[in-house]
Amino acid sequence: MDLTEFLVKTATIFVVFVLTLVIAMYSTWAERKVAGFIQDRMGPNRAGWGGLLQPLADAGKMFFKEDFIPALANKWLFIAGPSLAMLTALLASAVIPFGSTFRINGHEIVLQGVESNIGILYVFGVVALGVYGIMVGGWASNNKFSLLGAIRAASQNISYEVAMGLSLIAILMMSSSLSLGEIVAQQHGMNWNIFYQPLGFLIFITCSFAECNRVPFDLPECETELVGGYHTEYGSMKLGFYLFAEYINMFISSAIISVLYFGGYNYPGMDWVYSQLTSALGSETGHNIATLIGTAVFFGKALFFIFFYMWVRWTIPRFRYDQLMNLGWKKLIPLAIFNIIITGAAVLFLKPVITAWLN
Amino acid sequence: MNSTVSFFYFLSFLTILSAVMVVVSRNPIHSVLYLILAFFTLSGHYILLNAQFLAAVNIIVYAGAIMVLFLFVIMFLNMKQDNEEAKTNIAKIAATIVGGTVFVILFGAYRKSAIPAFNPENFDSQVGMIENLGHILFREYLLPFELASILLLVAMVGAVMLGKREIGERHF
Repeated sequence: MDLTEFLVKTATIFVVFVLTLVIAMYSTWAERKVAGFIQDRMGPNRAGWGGLLQPLADAGKMFFKEDFIPALANKWLFIAGPSLAMLTALLASAVIPFGSTFRINGHEIVLQGVESNIGILYVFGVVALGVYGIMVGGWASNNKFSLLGAIRAASQNISYEVAMGLSLIAILMMSSSLSLGEIVAQQHGMNWNIFYQPLGFLIFITCSFAECNRVPFDLPECETELVGGYHTEYGSMKLGFYLFAEYINMFISSAIISVLYFGGYNYPGMDWVYSQLTSALGSETGHNIATLIGTAVFFGKALFFIFFYMWVRWTIPRFRYDQLMNLGWKKLIPLAIFNIIITGAAVLFLKPVITAWLN
Repeated sequence: MNSTVSFFYFLSFLTILSAVMVVVSRNPIHSVLYLILAFFTLSGHYILLNAQFLAAVNIIVYAGAIMVLFLFVIMFLNMKQDNEEAKTNIAKIAATIVGGTVFVILFGAYRKSAIPAFNPENFDSQVGMIENLGHILFREYLLPFELASILLLVAMVGAVMLGKREIGERHF
């Protein structure tokens, strides 16, 4: 790998990192604004225009509060908990394809941190690790409520990972590739997976709510039963990291949903726009502008799903714990297996018939 | 020394260190966390061997599922380092003999085993990629693969049978 390639990759990864952080930061603001709108009140409106500086004010408050560690807590693991939560939340954005390619002086630059042929497995592995931050922090607090919250989080994540993995398998059977870039490229021309996999999409989005510990599945921090759940003992920036990691996870899962089911950077009429732009502005500038439009469409889709998370949070009440487990094991997993069988049958028998009929 | 070799030595050092720390640490939670670190470094070795699929599956299955269950059980039992009972002398002597025998067996096996050499000219570096792995698994090794999946299915049915509540049995 020569130096320019290395520098380009470093710059791409840095941009992806900063974008993830900024979007997560403004998700906290958007959450309060959406909550205000749904509950017919104003939301934050003092710091900056429309409360836009509110995230900065919150961060300042978190930083300058006293950093407190309980006397009987396991000190190192108490610090390691929020750090692990942030680390695993930020890792997943490396393989997400944010757009097509940029052309600069004949070089093609892919708008993706790492193009890997196991992309989706990497995301799945990182998601599976996400529970360690919560478990380690909850145990190290040396508090029964924290421990119960951590154990709830762990069992919830393990249960919903199974259904999530099974719903992904149907997508992999259709695209016969594990690379996220390849999966997006195959959805070109309105071949979005949502039209072929509506059931898989429903299972996947339910499981991602559970994986992000969002309402209606936010039992690990259920305040009526467990005080504050796994972060009862946490304060200042360590608490801030836990809450921030949740927003990063929300952005990542929204991006993954739009990549897997909604065609990523593809949009209707893409080829027409591309040919118009390249004929008007030349093959280099036109291509770059078309890529930028695609990236904007991708972020639009991802932001819509972040809004969807918030919409659900302020609409639906919390499940009971046995309802959560019944839904995960007795409803979603059989549904996902049914979806795999249907997809397999369709790929084997229906697809040749339809292609023969179309030709 | 090129970067791959130095990276290999760094990963090996980390693997062995964390494996030793699994045995040495007195707190069971620390042991589990070191074991997770050992799995990560093993995945690093797989990536050095260009076997990315194996690396990802190792993380998902071992670090993501099995070790979470380990941690789960240890947290439920709430083991503390101070209520660990002292071992008797007989247990210590027996452990030393067993450990020494296992070491001798492993060393002997290592001395006897012939590690197949590879030819750098016709070596296919893409052999660990998922497409090639799938072709090999479903063509040459189809029967062992299916047998292993049946074994896993039987184990799963057994686990469900064991965990199932009988009619009339009390909850807790």
